[in-house]
Amino acid sequence: MGIVTTSDFRKGIKVEIDGQPYLMLECEFVKPGKGQAIYRTKLRNLLTGAIIDRTYKSGDSVQSADVREGDATYLYRDKSGYVFMDTETYEQYHLTAEQIGEPAKFLKEEMPVRMVYWNNTPITVTLPYHVVLKVTYTEPAVRGNTAGNVMKPATLETGATIQVPAFVQVGDLVRVDTRTGEYIERANQ
Amino acid sequence: MISTCGDFLPACPLSVLELRARLLKVVRDFFSERGYLEVETPVLSHDVSVDAHLEPFVTQWMPEDASDTGSETLYLQTSPEFAMKRLLAAGAKAIYQVARAFRNGESGRLHNPEFTIVEWYRVGATYHQQMDEVEALIRRILGNKWGGFPRLSYREAFLRHIGLDPFASDMAALRTAITVRGLSHAWQASADEDKDTLLNLLLAELVEPRLGQESPEFLYDYPVSQAALARTRPDNPEVAERFELYIRGVEICNGYGELTDARELRERVCRQNTLRVKARRRALPESSRLLAAMEAGLPACSGVALGFDRLVMIAAGASSLREVMPFPHELA
Repeated sequence: MGIVTTSDFRKGIKVEIDGQPYLMLECEFVKPGKGQAIYRTKLRNLLTGAIIDRTYKSGDSVQSADVREGDATYLYRDKSGYVFMDTETYEQYHLTAEQIGEPAKFLKEEMPVRMVYWNNTPITVTLPYHVVLKVTYTEPAVRGNTAGNVMKPATLETGATIQVPAFVQVGDLVRVDTRTGEYIERANQ
Repeated sequence: MISTCGDFLPACPLSVLELRARLLKVVRDFFSERGYLEVETPVLSHDVSVDAHLEPFVTQWMPEDASDTGSETLYLQTSPEFAMKRLLAAGAKAIYQVARAFRNGESGRLHNPEFTIVEWYRVGATYHQQMDEVEALIRRILGNKWGGFPRLSYREAFLRHIGLDPFASDMAALRTAITVRGLSHAWQASADEDKDTLLNLLLAELVEPRLGQESPEFLYDYPVSQAALARTRPDNPEVAERFELYIRGVEICNGYGELTDARELRERVCRQNTLRVKARRRALPESSRLLAAMEAGLPACSGVALGFDRLVMIAAGASSLREVMPFPHELA
């Protein structure tokens, strides 16, 4: 791909460092005294999720990363991991739990996701920020202890366990934030 | 560009504007009490500072009846320095102004392409006397809550915070320091790289963040290669009479025992232009009315440029200029 110089640095660009793709999370312009400008950046490794700091002098350049996103559907899980289908090409791809990270536990069959490709190879998926899932198991609420601020564990249909308010019951639908793994609200129709 | 309903709204609360106005009055009272005359000089000028790392906004003068696109190039001032020194050469003794300055490409937490400079000069003052002046002004604005402001030379600062002598170290030693400190990712060898590039990186990453933490702190006696328009110290040709004040890692002002030697100015401007061309920046005009003023005779003097917005930021307890400017770059 191309070269990105510091003047093109901004939040959201994807670059390659030491042969790995990174997403720029922050870019701070620093200019001491009469000197050359410096750009302090924070980047997330798109393969490992690790966040690193890098500082560049004005005029430095890095390789841009060929990273694109496309629509895909989660199909099923098998021994080797999670299987997705590119909704444009109908091509099927395997991703491991490590590649998807924490949100993998909220994947439900037929769920639409955004597949992230690096050099045309899928490296991870992004789930919808909010998903609605059914509670398959949770202890009944202790009587008199149903105030909203008391939390208890609940198992969801995907197997994930999250903390829910005491009033949530088996069979309820709950809305969950896939980025934080937190309960948002009850979503019964 | 972007159009949403709330897009006209200022970035900072109106209460910050009251603070700005109050501090501006404090500044004016301060200089007036000390016998400085308030002056105004052009923001748009034929002359411009020639600095390797300062990019001016450039525009064209268009006579009203002109059919062409205009042939006279004008520059928005990166500071009012040139015009104010012309006034000193013409006999002014002590002058100050609150001016708008413009620097192309500079936008960030502590930078806005358009900002407010408080700049002042006094004939006969030394740069250490101007540090006294800065200290008195800062106490007036932020409160008299510290002992004396420490004065740390550039050399002492590098020795204290990095453990190396910036003058005695060669480029290899500086590169090693950068690598050892885990900053090597910040350093890519490039055509325009020189010792100042490396010193600058070390300063920004390892020294500046530690300056002015207990109380405001002066950094002074910069390498002569970073003199800008400061004069070389008569008793030490390695250093220039330049200082900056830091408050909690933020640079607040820049002061000089002023260069008065016209021939030296011509040489420095030429050197800066060479650096600009090497860095693929446009060359800027080397002759100026400042040069003419210095040839006619600029008296020994010392001056300071202070970033007013940064001072307001600190007075407001904010950490970004965007919190104290109604319409920063993105909203202007």
